[in-house]
Amino acid sequence: MIVTETTSFQEHFERIGQTESAGWPDWVTELQAAGQRRFSQVGFPTTKAEDWRFTNVSAIAKHSFAIATAAGDARLATELAGQATLDDQAVRLVFVNGQFAADLSDTATLPVGLTVRNLANDLDADDSIATGRLGRQAAVERSPFTALNTALFRDGVVVQVADGATIEPLVQLIFVTTGGETAVASSARNLVALGRESRLRLVETHVGAPGETYLANHVTEIELGDNAVLDHHKLQGDSIAAFHIASTHVSQAASSVYRNHYFAFGASLSRNEILCYHGGEDVETVLNGLYLVSGTQLADCRTRIDHAMPNCRSYEMYKGILDNQARGVFNGKIHVHPDAQKTDAKQSNQALLLSDDAVIDTKPELEIYADDVRCTHGATVGELDDRALFYLRSRGIPESLARKILIFAFANDVVQGVKVAPLKKHLESILLADHGLPNV
Amino acid sequence: MSSETAMLEAYSKREYKHGFVTDIDADTIPPGLSEDVVRLISLKKGEPEWLLEWRLKAFRHWQSMEEPTWPHVSYPEIKYGDMIYYSAPKQKPLLDSLDQVDPKLLETYEKLGIPIEEQKALAGVAVDAVFDSVSIATTYKKTLEDAGVIFCPFSEAVHSHPELIRKYLGSVVPAGDNYFAALNSAVFSDGSFCYIPEGVRCPLELSTYFRINAQNTGQFERTLIVAEKGAYVSYLEGCTAPKRDENQLHAAVVELVAAEDAQIKYSTVQNWYPGDEDGKGGIYNFVTKRGACRGDRSKISWTQVETGSAITWKYPSVILQGDDSVGEFYSVAVTANHQQADTGTKMIHLGKNTKSTIISKGISAGVGQNSYRGLVKIQKNATNARNFSQCDSLLIGDKCGAHTFPYIEVRNTSSQVEHEASTSKVGEDQIYYCRQRGIPTEDAVNMIVNGFCKEVYQELPMEFAVEARKLLSISLEGSVG
Repeated sequence: MIVTETTSFQEHFERIGQTESAGWPDWVTELQAAGQRRFSQVGFPTTKAEDWRFTNVSAIAKHSFAIATAAGDARLATELAGQATLDDQAVRLVFVNGQFAADLSDTATLPVGLTVRNLANDLDADDSIATGRLGRQAAVERSPFTALNTALFRDGVVVQVADGATIEPLVQLIFVTTGGETAVASSARNLVALGRESRLRLVETHVGAPGETYLANHVTEIELGDNAVLDHHKLQGDSIAAFHIASTHVSQAASSVYRNHYFAFGASLSRNEILCYHGGEDVETVLNGLYLVSGTQLADCRTRIDHAMPNCRSYEMYKGILDNQARGVFNGKIHVHPDAQKTDAKQSNQALLLSDDAVIDTKPELEIYADDVRCTHGATVGELDDRALFYLRSRGIPESLARKILIFAFANDVVQGVKVAPLKKHLESILLADHGLPNV
Repeated sequence: MSSETAMLEAYSKREYKHGFVTDIDADTIPPGLSEDVVRLISLKKGEPEWLLEWRLKAFRHWQSMEEPTWPHVSYPEIKYGDMIYYSAPKQKPLLDSLDQVDPKLLETYEKLGIPIEEQKALAGVAVDAVFDSVSIATTYKKTLEDAGVIFCPFSEAVHSHPELIRKYLGSVVPAGDNYFAALNSAVFSDGSFCYIPEGVRCPLELSTYFRINAQNTGQFERTLIVAEKGAYVSYLEGCTAPKRDENQLHAAVVELVAAEDAQIKYSTVQNWYPGDEDGKGGIYNFVTKRGACRGDRSKISWTQVETGSAITWKYPSVILQGDDSVGEFYSVAVTANHQQADTGTKMIHLGKNTKSTIISKGISAGVGQNSYRGLVKIQKNATNARNFSQCDSLLIGDKCGAHTFPYIEVRNTSSQVEHEASTSKVGEDQIYYCRQRGIPTEDAVNMIVNGFCKEVYQELPMEFAVEARKLLSISLEGSVG
C-alpha cells in the first residue's frame, strides 16, 4: 500500500531508480533497494500503531523534504560545527547534511588502533569495514524510518577500534543539518565496531541551522567485541523547528560494557531509540538520558534491552523536564529471554512537569521468560517537592531561585554520570543558562 | 535442586478439583449468532422493546468491530457462530425456598463446598446463585428488603425496576465499549442487579456464585451495582466451573456506580476450569469490569484472586469523576500449566484530589504467561491527584513468563504518580531455610507464596480470604518439589 503522504520521497525513489546512484557494491545497492521497497510499502507510521501511539509524525509526513546534498550553507555549517566542538585534542569528524565534510574535520593524528572513515570511502576501500556489518542489526522491517534511512543514506561515519586498543583521545562526531532555503532530509548511516578488549569514548553532537525545518533521520549500528568498553554520548541540539529521528542498534559480546548518555534539548519532534542485544554472558548496559523540552516540543525516548544471555546486567535512568505545552514520551522495554538466568535489570523514569499543559506518557515494560532474575522498574511523575522548596525558602532563598536550584539538581543527576570532562562542563552550562543560574 | 524442581513441576501441574457436569435438562437454543438469536433471547426473557433495541444496536456495532489482538495471549480462533447463546435450566418460575430447588443442583453446590443452607445459617451471606444463565434461588431477600436494598437477578429487575435499569445500564460500560462488551450487550443472558438507596449500609455481604454448566454455552453475565449517596455495599463474586474439554467463552460485564460518599467493595475469586496440563480445554474469560466514582468522596475497590481460566483478559477499572474519590485495585493472578493471563486495571483521574492504589501480584508456574497491563491517566483538571502502583511477579519454574505493560499518562503538574515493579522467584535459599527448620518443601512454598500475596488477602472479606488461600494452595499443589 502506498500512502499518499510519502509522495515527496516516492518521487525521489522513482528518480533514483532511473539514474544510477553511487556506484557502490551490489550488496549495498540491494540493501538500499530493500529499504526503498519497505518504505514504499508501509509509509509513515500513524498513531494507530502501538509503537507510535503517543508520537504523531503526520507533520513529517505532510512536509515535503528535498534530499540533502553536501552543500548546504557552508559558512553557517562551519560556524555551527565550530560551536559544537568540545575539545581541541579530540578526533573530530563533521558531517554536513549527512555527508562528510573533510575540511571541517580533524583526523590528522589518529592514535594507534583507531580507524575512522566516512562510509562512502569505506565502501570503496579494499579493506572495507562496513562490508558484512552494515544492515546486520538495523533491519528495514523494524521501523519505517529505518527503512527510509536505509533507502536514502549516502554517507556516514565508520569507526573501528583494533583488538586490545585503548583510545585515549575523545572521538567527536558532529552532524550539522542546514538546507538554506529548502527543507531537507538528511540520512546518515553510521557504524562503530570495537574489537576485543578495546576502549573508546564517543560523543555525537547534532546541531542545525536555527529555526530551520528539516528531517534528520539517522541510524547507527554498533558492535562490541568481548570485553570491549564503549562510552557513547549523544547531544541532540537540533533546530527548534526540526524533526530528529534516530535509532542506535548495539550488539554486545561477552563481558562488554556499553554506556549511553543521551541529552535531548532541541527539535520540535525528536525520537531516539536505543536497542541493545546481549550476545554473550556478563554483559553490562547502562542507559542514561535527560530530555529537557518546552514550548510545543515533543521528546520521545525509547530503549529496548534484550537480555538474551545469562548473567547480564542493565541499568537505566531517564529523566525528563517538561515545560509549557511540551510532551514527553518514554518507553523502556526489558526483554528477558528464556535462558537469561541471573539477569539483573533496573530501570527508572522520572518526569518533572513544570506546567499544567505539559504532558508525559510513560510506559516501562518488562517481558520476562526466565525465572531466576531480578528486574525492577519504577516511574514517577510529579512536580517539585513542596518540602524541598520550603527548606530552601526558609533559608532565605527566593522561591523563583529555589525552584531553579531544584530543577537543576533534578537534571544534574544524569549529567553527573558523564565522565567526559568537557562534555560535562558544556552540559552544566546549558542547564545553568537555561534556568538563568549563575555559572559557578 | 532436583527435588525442588520436581516439586515445582508437580506444583504447576495441579489438577482441577471442581470438575464435573451436572446432568440437568436445559432449555437451550441452537448454536449460532444473528439478529434473530438476539431477538429470541430477548423474547424468551420477555424483555421490553427498548432493551431489545439496545441489544440490537450493540449487536450491529459488534459486527463492525474486530477482535482485539493486543493482549499478550494466544488462543485458537473463537468461532462465534458455533456457540450456543442461551441456556436456562428448565425450572421456572422463581422459588421462595430451597426445598423447591432441584436436588441435583443443590448437590452440585454441595460438591463445590458451598452449601447454601450452611451459608445462610453461618455466614449470613445472601446468595444469588446463578446456575448457568438464570438465577434460581435468592436468599435473604427479606433482610435486604427491610433495609431497602434491591438485590435480584437482572432479568427480574428489568421488569420490577425498569426505570433504574434504563438509567444505569450501559452508563459505565457503553454497549459498544469494546469487542467483548458489545457481544455481551447483545446476548447477555442474566446476571445480578443491586441497588443500595441513599444512606443505607447494606446489612449483608452480597454474593453470587457464577457457574458455567451446559456444554458449549458461552456465559454472558451482566452485573450492575448502584450505590446511592452515602451507601455502602460489599459484593462477593466467586466462580468454579465443571471440567470439560471444549473451550468456553465467558464475556461478562460488570458496572458499578457510586454516588456521593458511597462505597462499593467488589471482591472476586475466579476458579474456572483452566484446561488440563497440556493446555487442552479451559475457559476463555474476557471480562469488562468498570466502576464510576460519580460523586465526591466516593470509593470503589476491586479485589480479585484469579486462579482459573485458560485465558484471562480482564481490567477492572475505576473512573474517578468526583472530587476526593478513591479507586483501589488489589489482585492476585496465578497462571500454571498453559494458563495465560493479561490482566490489570485502569485508573482514570478526572476529579480533584483523587487517589488510586494498585497492588498487583502475579504468580507464574509451569509454562504459564502472566501479564500486568495497566493504565494510570491523570487528566488536566485532576489537581493533586495521587497514584501508587506496585506490580510484583513471582516465577516458579524456568519456562513461565511474567510481563508488565504499565501505561502512565499525566496531564497535570500537581499530581504524583509512582510505579514500582519487581520480578523474583521462589529462591532455593528461601526453601532451604525453611526446610532446615523442619518445614516440608511444599509448605515452605505455600508460605512464601502466601506471604507474597498477603497485601491482597488483607483486602478480601474473611470468608473469601480463607477460600482464596485454599484455592491458591490447591493451584500450586504439587507444583514445587
